[in-house]
Amino acid sequence: MKIILEIQRFNPKKDQVPYFQRYEIEAESNDRLLDALMHLQRTADPTLGLRKSCAHGICGSDAMVIDGRERLACKTLVKDVAAHEGAVVRIEPLRTMPVQRDLMVDQGPFFAHFRKVKPYLINSGEVREKERLQSREERARFDDATECILCACCYSACPVRRNTNAAYIGPAAIVQVSRFIEDSRDKGFEERLPEIDHPNGVWPCVNFFECTRVCPRSIKVTYLINLTKRRITEYRKSKGDKPRGGREFHP
Amino acid sequence: MIHEFDVVVVGAGGAGLYCALEAGKKARTAVISKLYPVRSHTGAAQGGIGAALGNVEEDRAEWHAFDTVKGGDYLTDQKPAALLADEAIGAVYHLENLGLPFNRTADGRIDQRRFGGHTRNFGEAPVRRACYAADRTGHMILQTLFQQCIKHDVVFHDEFHLIDIFIENNRCRGLAAVELATGELHIFRAKAVHLATGGFGRMFRVTSNAYANTGDGPAVLARRGVPLEDMEFFQFHPTGIRGLGILITEAVRGEGGILRNRDGERFMEKYAPTLLDLAPRDMISRAILTEIGEGRGVKGDRSADDYVLLDASHLGKDVIAAKLPEISDFCRSYLGIDPAAEPIPVQPTAHYAMGGIPTDDRGRVTVDDKGTIVEGLYAAGECACVSVHGANRLGTNSLVDLVVFGRRAGQDIGGYVSRAALPDLPRDLADRAVEAIARLRERSGGPPPEPVREKMQNLMMQKVGIYRTEKDMAEAVRNLEELRGQYGEIGLLDRGREFNTSLLEILELGNLLDLAYITACAALRRRESRGAHAREDFPDRDDAAWLKHSVARLVGDRVEIGDKPVDTSIWPPKPRKY
Repeated sequence: MKIILEIQRFNPKKDQVPYFQRYEIEAESNDRLLDALMHLQRTADPTLGLRKSCAHGICGSDAMVIDGRERLACKTLVKDVAAHEGAVVRIEPLRTMPVQRDLMVDQGPFFAHFRKVKPYLINSGEVREKERLQSREERARFDDATECILCACCYSACPVRRNTNAAYIGPAAIVQVSRFIEDSRDKGFEERLPEIDHPNGVWPCVNFFECTRVCPRSIKVTYLINLTKRRITEYRKSKGDKPRGGREFHP
Repeated sequence: MIHEFDVVVVGAGGAGLYCALEAGKKARTAVISKLYPVRSHTGAAQGGIGAALGNVEEDRAEWHAFDTVKGGDYLTDQKPAALLADEAIGAVYHLENLGLPFNRTADGRIDQRRFGGHTRNFGEAPVRRACYAADRTGHMILQTLFQQCIKHDVVFHDEFHLIDIFIENNRCRGLAAVELATGELHIFRAKAVHLATGGFGRMFRVTSNAYANTGDGPAVLARRGVPLEDMEFFQFHPTGIRGLGILITEAVRGEGGILRNRDGERFMEKYAPTLLDLAPRDMISRAILTEIGEGRGVKGDRSADDYVLLDASHLGKDVIAAKLPEISDFCRSYLGIDPAAEPIPVQPTAHYAMGGIPTDDRGRVTVDDKGTIVEGLYAAGECACVSVHGANRLGTNSLVDLVVFGRRAGQDIGGYVSRAALPDLPRDLADRAVEAIARLRERSGGPPPEPVREKMQNLMMQKVGIYRTEKDMAEAVRNLEELRGQYGEIGLLDRGREFNTSLLEILELGNLLDLAYITACAALRRRESRGAHAREDFPDRDDAAWLKHSVARLVGDRVEIGDKPVDTSIWPPKPRKY
């Protein structure tokens, strides 16, 4: 069927401001939107800039804003966004990051926030067994957070980051914090505390739930942020103290 | 811009990152990758990583090594295979110690499950050998290694695209890469270069491979006179999602999933009575094509897009949720079905290159049948050929390969660069790279690349696919010669410098065309059937004539192919039955 892609174009070298370009294309309703974009780029407009790689939702390259919502183009079928012949699909780059060209954004700030929270296992103890033992229950506690592919959908969708505090480390970085502090093998809670119990750490989140809504991996992002807030409050309380980066957490 | 490092690693998948972590302990190391880190295709590996830990039942590294050799239809080099199986155990423990969240047994150890071709006691029955993190084991390996790179401050140059490698007098001197953001050409001088550029499944129309899997490392080396080994062996994974080629992990069958034809028959009973649905991939892919060819595909029309069914509905929602959640997600996203309720439509998908850049067991690139090395040049992972996969790789062994040999290469490089001096870079070598890019940028007005790409992918799929014949392959070779000619005429339509992805895609297409051509030539030459190379006109394995590796050299517009002996020092070749 024929559908119309309305794509935001911007080349900072040439354009003063972004603009929308309309393309009428042929697409099958079961095609991935990425297939449609690649066909367009390869046959009609090679100047269209976008990132892609695995094409099945695991590499996180092709996150973009599709009809106002962050999605992976390779995990979006044409029929998900174009219900009928002639339907218009509006495609924009991710938000809160500088546009490099068309649908490509500078992921530098996103990865800088990610790196800040020490996203690696911290445990200087000797491993006595061949593997560190971990029960199935302990393993299950951080399972959801290990799904993250660092696509930056949540980072783009977060209303706090978009409207009030661009210095907020953002949902994905906190998911990584949660992935480690809930892991029975990790001993890095205190080491990460200065970055997370901080005015730009976990506390700017006020539960809009946009991160959870857009996550292409269905991670309960907002829940993990709140869990992390609770861990900080509990820890500070155990030391006879209050959280330093913001208000106390009352679930 | 000119950079100087002790070590430059090309590619940020598992083999590249492991090497960078090891080499980085001793030497100034940079990783260049055409993708951002964590976007690499290691992340798409699903089912598991094989290692004879024996956590759930008795297992031995020796059995793993034997399975690897037999799985490879005896083209596997046996001492490296034994090394692979031995070192897999330590590598898995090391990954766990670095934080990899493996699934656990009831007593808290790394859990293990069955996988195709992995058996106990030299083929008796399937064994639980695949260590796994749900069905996103590769994703967790990639994340874990990237986390460690952050911890150890590994230097990354993101979105740098390899275009040339400088070799003179059998010494690697560095490389050239284009930066996507600026279009600038960067020259890296280095004592050692490690290639970990992954596979090249994008030469086929239906593939599980990422857009990025265009074989940049092997193609650049082929053009610089390094021969490629065993290129005729390309694995088709039996269970790709119909039409899309997206991988449905073998772990579905490891957990008990069953392949069925249109009559509901468990057809693998006819082809592999002992291992059934857990026979090696090459055999199952052929079995599916045979079923389809005899009218027992689901459509029953014997067409190229006919398919069979992978039934996991009897496993129950809980097993699927705990052990196969990704598959469940793929089925919902792309097929609109729940695998716990209905079977998955599947067909074979081009998946893995057994062949590639010849290396020794320390990751050093070799250029002949005597093991002569190019000093300072290394390779590991799918782009390399040790050869531990022979004519057909077993499931889980790709991840084993990249951690074991990525790590070994990194260790060897660490030692090598402490002794070596930074080699000179003759000016003409660097100029050649500058000119090549400048010439491409000036090309305007020619035909677009897309028709050439489509023709190549269809040719490879139809004529150099699962079943092969002399006539088809000879035609493929002729057509690929034409396509390589047409490639020289292609025009560049995007003239911008910054973020010019179409310029890089043209370079990638050139790489795929060269590798497709070498693959087709090597396949045409091998007149026997072995592992993934199945010839209708020569249906049997012929050890007397063909128990040898091929070594294919691109010489101008021709491919010259020689031989290299196979290490059969442990297990004498036997007929391969499952």
